Amino acid sequence: MINTLIGDIGHLSVIIAFVAAIVSSYAYFMASRTSTEATGDTTWRRFARGAFYVHGAAVLVVIFALFNIIYEHRYEYYYAWSHSSNHLPVHYMISCFWEGQEGSFLLWIFWHVVLGVVLMNAGKKNKQWEAPVMAMFSFVQLFLTSMILGVVIGDVKIGSSPFILMRDFMTDAPVFAMDPNFKPEDGTGLNPLLQNYWMVIHPPTLFLGFAATLVPFAFAMAGLWKNKFGEWVRPALPWAHFAAVTLGIGTVMGAYWAYETLNFGGYWNWDPVENAVYIPWLVLVGAIHTLIIYRRSKQALRTSFILVITSFILILYATFLTRSGILGNASVHSFTDLGLSGQLFTYLTAFAVLAIGLLIYKWKHIPTTEKEISTYSGEFWVFVGAVVLCLAAFQVLTTTSIPVYNSFLGFIGIESNAALPADQIEHYTKFQLWAGVLIAVLTGIGQLMWWRKADKSSFKDAITMPLMLTLLFASLVIILSNKFDVFAFKLDNPVYITLFVTSLFAVFANLSIILNLLHKKISLSGGAVAHIGIALMLLGILFSSGYSNIISGNNSGMLYSREFPDEINRDNVLLWRNTTTDMDKYSVSYRGQFLEVAGVPDYVNKEVLFRTEDEYTAIARADIKIKDKVYYKTGDTVELPSPENTYYQVEYKNRETKESFTLYPRAQVNPNMGLLASPDIKSFADKDLYTHVSSVPDPNEEKEWSELQEYTVTMGDTIILNDYVAIFNGVEVIKEVPGVELKKGDVAVQADMKIMGEKKTYHAHPLLIFKDGMAGYYPEILEDLGLRLTFLNIDPAKQEFKIGVNTTQKDYIILKAMEKPFVNILWIGTIVMSIGFIMAITRRNQEGSTAKAPKAKAVKKADKAQVA
Amino acid sequence: MKKSHIIGIIIIAAAIMIIMSTAGDASTYVDFGEAKELAEDGSKTKVHVVGRLKKDAKGHIVGMQYDPLVDPNFFSFMLVDTNRVEQKVVYFNPKPQDFERSEQVVITGNMQNDVFVADKILLKCPSKYVEKEVKQNTTAGL
Repeated sequence: MINTLIGDIGHLSVIIAFVAAIVSSYAYFMASRTSTEATGDTTWRRFARGAFYVHGAAVLVVIFALFNIIYEHRYEYYYAWSHSSNHLPVHYMISCFWEGQEGSFLLWIFWHVVLGVVLMNAGKKNKQWEAPVMAMFSFVQLFLTSMILGVVIGDVKIGSSPFILMRDFMTDAPVFAMDPNFKPEDGTGLNPLLQNYWMVIHPPTLFLGFAATLVPFAFAMAGLWKNKFGEWVRPALPWAHFAAVTLGIGTVMGAYWAYETLNFGGYWNWDPVENAVYIPWLVLVGAIHTLIIYRRSKQALRTSFILVITSFILILYATFLTRSGILGNASVHSFTDLGLSGQLFTYLTAFAVLAIGLLIYKWKHIPTTEKEISTYSGEFWVFVGAVVLCLAAFQVLTTTSIPVYNSFLGFIGIESNAALPADQIEHYTKFQLWAGVLIAVLTGIGQLMWWRKADKSSFKDAITMPLMLTLLFASLVIILSNKFDVFAFKLDNPVYITLFVTSLFAVFANLSIILNLLHKKISLSGGAVAHIGIALMLLGILFSSGYSNIISGNNSGMLYSREFPDEINRDNVLLWRNTTTDMDKYSVSYRGQFLEVAGVPDYVNKEVLFRTEDEYTAIARADIKIKDKVYYKTGDTVELPSPENTYYQVEYKNRETKESFTLYPRAQVNPNMGLLASPDIKSFADKDLYTHVSSVPDPNEEKEWSELQEYTVTMGDTIILNDYVAIFNGVEVIKEVPGVELKKGDVAVQADMKIMGEKKTYHAHPLLIFKDGMAGYYPEILEDLGLRLTFLNIDPAKQEFKIGVNTTQKDYIILKAMEKPFVNILWIGTIVMSIGFIMAITRRNQEGSTAKAPKAKAVKKADKAQVA
Repeated sequence: MKKSHIIGIIIIAAAIMIIMSTAGDASTYVDFGEAKELAEDGSKTKVHVVGRLKKDAKGHIVGMQYDPLVDPNFFSFMLVDTNRVEQKVVYFNPKPQDFERSEQVVITGNMQNDVFVADKILLKCPSKYVEKEVKQNTTAGL
């Protein structure tokens, strides 16, 4: 029976949440009027708070309802059916919760609720800010909840409800005409690429970052609105840090997921969806820098307003890009169009117009300082750094938006056929690499300037040491790599050398800052730590991308086709099962197909598993043991948690060091998406070896077997099969056959054959069953040898047996392998950067909560020093 | 001139440079006729071509050539562009596994000696992201 109650509860709660958001934003608006504030009347505020809590509670109910639908496998709901399935473990149910657009909107809404509640309760310092900031919050929530409202008025569809029933979604499906209460047995499941633990934590982190950008924006808007042009910076600054670090970590998690799961061989592909987060992140980091300048010397306030507002508008633009379907031709993983593009566009324009309009209206009143910045001041260089960040963002934005220009020009009647650059990586690298160089230099110089009371001579003192260390270290690496082959790479490209040297400089300069601050106040060194993290990330990107090396190039010695003289990338190698092939410095062999078995810590060879009708169970044909520990005995039924995933065992042996290791690249042939390959990575201290299968023989396609050849043998006979020597040992009657019920009078006989393969001896036991007067054949397939043996008949009088043999192509895989030097430095850099950010949040937060007066004095002092 | 003005001018100059360069690097969607013309003019720029696979009456793909046993890095097929011009396309990589199922194909590359050498293939499968059909076997539960 279908359960409509839970969906109705969910849908009702969405409507309540929507209405409560309207009420709350109106009430907060009333509460923040100057006349209300002047009277000290808090009724509006209390009312607004109540409305926001109602809103939050309703959102929680919506989330509960949707999760319940997924968790209880209620496939009468489209969302559960299209994103989940019966065999999905709970942690992936969480992922499928936000796989769809509606769920990810819900995640975003949820984080806004959490942040809103924190802001409402965050100490006394924010009391003056609560009403205007929360008005903005509720206003955003109004738009977001409208996205999942799912209300149709006439021809206008507002939002897409996650609680839509299958029968309402697929009105044309004949099955619902026959039985409106029809409920599918199983869902279509979670996109297998998303079945990865990073997909459980990457989206919530990213959306927390998305949500957090609203806080500094709301403060900025409140500051403009209430004419508190400078005061908002203090409470907004730690939040800006928080948004930047969560957004940054979320993005890198996505990069790491791509590195681990997607087989394009990298963590960054310049996909529009990746760019859509990268752009606002750069601007937000730029905004943090101008805010810090303002905190110290009251400069760059207008720029701060522009950047904080821009970063939020860019978040909305990113949402529009990825969810409106506008990138359909350009991206592999944007969402499909849900018919919400108009609504998304409204959302985007509403906030853009509101924010920009308010900024222009108040522009004249924003205080500025007239004094000229000295080139020898930290502020100047930090400002230049913010400019570089914004230009880098602008470049990515300009290119990513190409499909938008097309649709816009199409909209006004001009046909445009511009496409994204054919080689995107080259295009973006051309700019981003130099932006990286500039940023590395500026972090060094900017930090040194910032912490010195700047003048020419003291700057010289400060920069000498880091500069010398950089030159020393850099020249050492360059000489060693080019002349003495100490490293796996040759650092001889002038562009790469530039990035290398500047990043090193950034590391040393910031280290010297930390050493200096050790004596004074270590808690101030968050910035320096974060900058070291960034510099390390740059180094990691430089080596892992710039010196990525494909080692599986075609070395078969076969003549390439005649007509193509141009440089051609042929990066894949064909590996026959059990035949060793030389690849770079390794000897590589493909050893067979393996599966995951529940309760067994290692992969299990497919040959030991007798597959049953139920995809998710199998019967063990031999003891399953790993390192002498027996996990299952012959005949036991085992559970296969992911039968669709096949792991291809690939053995690597280093020909020089004789060291060997085994990798299990994974692949699944998915009926909807073709071959989904996931790499396996062997990590060394200085590099990763990245291996994935590019192609496998289609397992769904019937194998082509040669014609059956019959052999009549007696016990102990030797025959030659497919070039292998085979010995027929004899036959035995067996009592039990897995998966077949033997009754009285049924006979099961199995032949025992031994076949000498290249590497080992195989035992084959084809079965012959006489059941209910019929003969049944259970042939044995030896994948390794490409043989199928069928036990055809017994002649008891002559003691002769008939064996049928078919042969086929041996199993193979096509493999791609590459080395990524020093990719670990990138991940380490991310962690260091995050630590730096967290230190800065702590510091800025304390600064925000300490009493205002002494701080203001300190600022003034610094100001004076500046003037002097 | 004030420093802020100089910075402003530099920003504007950089922005203009970025826009120009993007315009220069941007590729275009063309048909095979235009791709040939470009190649004859000696241009090596890479273009995007949108097309459909040539299929016979039974829905089988015509002219597809891939034998991993001979060369795992050579895949070729016929693509029909929007003007119904047929063209042999070569891709020096293994065949994408779901190729047969795709309806529309976007390729990136350029013409070289009468064949279009693709270095990227983007497949548009009918049901790649959103399931629109309730499968027959699920109705067995009736």
